[in-house]
Amino acid sequence: MTHARTVEIAVGAFVAAGLAALFLLAMKVSNLNVVGSDEGYHVSARFDNISGLRVRSPVTMAGVRIGRVSEIRFDPNTYQAVVTMRISEQYDQLPLDTSASIYTSGLIGEQYVSLDPGGDFEFLQDGSELMLTQSALVLEQMIGQFLFSLGDGDKD
Amino acid sequence: MILDWLQALGQRALSFFQRLGRGHITLYYLLIAIPSVLLRPRLLLQQIYSVGVLTLLIILVSGLFVGMVLGLQGYNTLVRFGAEQSLGTAVALTLLREMAPVVTALLFAGRAGSALTAEIGLMKTTEQLSGMEMMAVDPNKRILAPRFLAGVISMPLLSLIFGAVGIMGGYIVGVGLLGVDEGAFWSQMQANVDMREDIWNGIIKSMVFGVVATWIAIYEGNDATPTSEGVSRATTRTVVHTSLAVLGLNFILTALMFGD
Repeated sequence: MTHARTVEIAVGAFVAAGLAALFLLAMKVSNLNVVGSDEGYHVSARFDNISGLRVRSPVTMAGVRIGRVSEIRFDPNTYQAVVTMRISEQYDQLPLDTSASIYTSGLIGEQYVSLDPGGDFEFLQDGSELMLTQSALVLEQMIGQFLFSLGDGDKD
Repeated sequence: MILDWLQALGQRALSFFQRLGRGHITLYYLLIAIPSVLLRPRLLLQQIYSVGVLTLLIILVSGLFVGMVLGLQGYNTLVRFGAEQSLGTAVALTLLREMAPVVTALLFAGRAGSALTAEIGLMKTTEQLSGMEMMAVDPNKRILAPRFLAGVISMPLLSLIFGAVGIMGGYIVGVGLLGVDEGAFWSQMQANVDMREDIWNGIIKSMVFGVVATWIAIYEGNDATPTSEGVSRATTRTVVHTSLAVLGLNFILTALMFGD
C-alpha cells in the first residue's frame, strides 16, 4: 500500500512538473501574455514597400507595443501593400490622422510599424485606414542613392 | 546464381513487409485496447511511473547541459556580430523547436524504450503473455496498452521539462557566466517565441515521437524471437529503429511546420 502511494505521489509530481514547465514556457518564454487572442480593433495602411515586415510584427507608438500586424496582402490595383494591424482595445483613442512608418529595430533587427499620433479630435475605429504612411527604408536603395549623389558631387 | 540473388532479395522484401504489417496490427490492437486502460487507471499510473518518472533524471541532467552548451556556443557566435542580446531567442527557439522533442525522444528510446522491449520480450520468452491468454486475460489490454499510453503521455511532459530546464541552463551560462543583459535575454525571447508556432508545434512533435517510440518498443518486444538472444536483438533494434524514425520524422515535421 505504501509502495502504491509512493508511485502515485511520484507520478503526480511528474505530471505537475510537466504542466509547470508548460506554464513557464507559455508565460515566461513566449509572447502569450502580450497577445490577447482576438480582442482589439483592426486598422489598415497602404505602403509602397514593406521590405521585411511580416505578419505578427510589432506595432508600436512612442516605442511601446500596442498591437501586431495581423495581415499583409498586395493590392493589384494600386500596386501597394495593404497592412492590417490589430491594436489592443485599451488604446482606442488614437487620432484619425495618425501616420504609420516602417522602421527597423537596430541595424539588423526585425521590422516593425511605428505609429505617430496626429492632432485630429476623432479617433481611429475598427476598419479605419491610415492615410499618411512612410515606407520601409531599403538599405540597398539608400546606398545606391548615396553613391549616386557622391558621383554628382565629383562632377561639379 | 542470379536467381539465388533475386530470391534473397525477394525474401528480404517480403519479411520487411511482414514486419511492417505485424507492426500495424500491433498498433491497431493497442489503439482499440486504450479505452479499457482508461477504466483501470492504476495500471496506467504504474507504467507512467516506470516509463516517465524514472526517465526524469536523465532528462533533467541532459536538458540542463544541452541548454548550457547552447548558451555557450550561441554566445561565442552571436558576440562576433554584437548580437549577444539575441542569445535568449536563439537558445529558446533551438530548444523548443528541435532539441527538446528530438533529444528527449532519443533518450527515451535509450532509457525507457529498451526497458519496455526487454520487459515484454522476456514476458513473451517465459510465456507469461500466453499464460495470460490461457486465463482469458487479454495481454493487449493488461500489459501492452497501459505501457503504450504511458509512453504517449510521458513524452510531451518530458519534452516540456527538457525545454524549460534547457532554457534555465542557457540562462545560467548566458546571463550568469557570460554577462548577457538579463532583461534583453528574456524580453527578446518573449518577443520572438510564439506560443502556437513554436511551443505548440514542439508539443505536437513530441506527441508524434511518443507514439512512434513506444509503438516500436512494444512491437519489438512482442515480436521478439523467444530466446535470450532474440530479446537482446529486439532491444538493440528498438533503440536503432526509434532513433532513425525520430530523426527522419523530425525532418518531415520540421519541413511541414516551419518550412513555409
